[in-house]
Amino acid sequence: MEISGLKIVSANIRKDIIKMLELAGSGHPGGSLSAVELLVGLYFNHMRFNPKNTKDLNRDYFVLSKGHVCPVLYAVLAQLECFSSDELCTLRKAGSRLQGHPAKDKELPGIEVSTGSLGYGLSIGAGIAAGMKQAKKDNKVYVLMGDGEQQEGSIWEAAMAVPQFKLDNLCAIVDNNGLQIDGATKDVMNVEPLADKYRSFGWNVLEIDGHNLFEVDKAYSQFKETKGKPTAIIAKTVKGKGVSYMENLAEWHGKIPSKELVQEALEEIDASIK
Amino acid sequence: MVEVFGKKATKFGFGEGLVELGKENSKIFVLGADTSSSVAINTFRDMFPDRFLNVGIAETNLLGMAAGLAVAGFIPFVATYGVFAAGRPWEQIRTTICYSNLNVKIGGSHSGLMVGPDGATHQALEEIAIMRCLPRMKVIAPCDVVETKKAVIASAYANGPVYIRYGRENTPIFTNDSSPFEIGKANILREGNDVAIMACGTMVYEALMAAELLEKKGIKARVVNVHTIKPIDEKAIISAAKECGAIVTAEEHQIYGGFGSAVAEVLVKNYPVPVEMVAVNDTFGESGDPMDLMTKYGLRDVNIVKAVQNVLKRK
Repeated sequence: MEISGLKIVSANIRKDIIKMLELAGSGHPGGSLSAVELLVGLYFNHMRFNPKNTKDLNRDYFVLSKGHVCPVLYAVLAQLECFSSDELCTLRKAGSRLQGHPAKDKELPGIEVSTGSLGYGLSIGAGIAAGMKQAKKDNKVYVLMGDGEQQEGSIWEAAMAVPQFKLDNLCAIVDNNGLQIDGATKDVMNVEPLADKYRSFGWNVLEIDGHNLFEVDKAYSQFKETKGKPTAIIAKTVKGKGVSYMENLAEWHGKIPSKELVQEALEEIDASIK
Repeated sequence: MVEVFGKKATKFGFGEGLVELGKENSKIFVLGADTSSSVAINTFRDMFPDRFLNVGIAETNLLGMAAGLAVAGFIPFVATYGVFAAGRPWEQIRTTICYSNLNVKIGGSHSGLMVGPDGATHQALEEIAIMRCLPRMKVIAPCDVVETKKAVIASAYANGPVYIRYGRENTPIFTNDSSPFEIGKANILREGNDVAIMACGTMVYEALMAAELLEKKGIKARVVNVHTIKPIDEKAIISAAKECGAIVTAEEHQIYGGFGSAVAEVLVKNYPVPVEMVAVNDTFGESGDPMDLMTKYGLRDVNIVKAVQNVLKRK
């Protein structure tokens, strides 16, 4: 898809996120909005993924390590018609396949594994990637993490293992929005310099603007061309991106806007693509 | 007399089971964490190097990568010391593996006081409790090396997560290839109706020895090998309660939340009878000779005999 098309898709995803969260009455808007372009660029232009057969053995795998931002993933999967977009209205409701954090056992098409407890996704991705290598298959594995999540020690166990096992079929993406629940990541527990850390662990590191769809597209292409070492895309992003009253404010990590503010957000997103 | 066919550590049954599985099923994958030889997965590693990964001293990644391999369609087994296999990565086991119902098999070696000189840090005495509370998890504590091999093979074909508890020390072999083994089905090893001794793991042999001692005192004890602690064989427990009227449980594990608790849960719901539990009494172990520790912490046949005498007074 052309970048201009991806921009429109991104705006629609943002509107879906806001509407879903309003109906749910709880959830995580800030980190969902910061990851929109990273997911849209991936699912619409790079992943080998058949929305009509999400268990296709030739598929690329996506693991949402920062599971709390599942509204963005659910919106993308609905946009791809993995399931009806009507189902987005059921987010966080009893009996829904759209749990507050991704749940594999609810069998929502496109959810590979349950996530939500931070720090687990990179290991899971490493296991899938090792399996593909052993089976001599060329499926790729993508893992989206947060920057606050980099504080988990388990991330670094996996960060060591992935280059050790030469899993060049794995692409780690850090949605580096600089904020976590208690404030700025650098103040709570600094994780920078992230690029240097991953580089020193043996990764091919790409630093990009995570909202620039040209840069996002190029980074995924570079990952696919890189042999012998895994790729880490450190994407600078804005928490709450696209809704100006949310942008760069930690308080919008897990807060739902009022009815009036929802309207304001939807109008602002619409205006951004006019 | 209890017929014994020599002594061998259950870890070798775990290793042999994996090798057999590796030959018959190309989906079997094994992951270790720097303890390959001591938990007996080194033969598999040498025979099937492309289906083996050593993640180093990193147990959260051990379970996380196993989860990923299961997502990719493999049947991964991980193995390391029980405290590190069940304790450190407990939340990965809960949230990633059990919640996703992934086909990951966890081998917890070095179970119990029998780890001996390494002391309390390495003596896994809590895994039954912390594994059996997890939805979808199956928990097996085989009684000897032969049964451990059967448990490994059966677990590969039991859908979903399984925890297998095994040990490092040589222990008596008293089952053979033709002894029955089915996950979830307890085996009566000795008939008797005065009392039932229900045991798992290393304590099954002690239970058989205790039954011999009791026989001399005119007490006929039924001995039940409850190798599967979850799903537990409710039928076998309820019939033991109905037919014997009193039960003694025996496990090389903490007294709270383990096997004895699992048996008691079935009894209080269905057919309450007096129960005595032989287990480690809410304390940590220490360094020492394995059998000396078993004696010091009250996990021998004589302790089971005493528990039987106590429970019979309450019958």
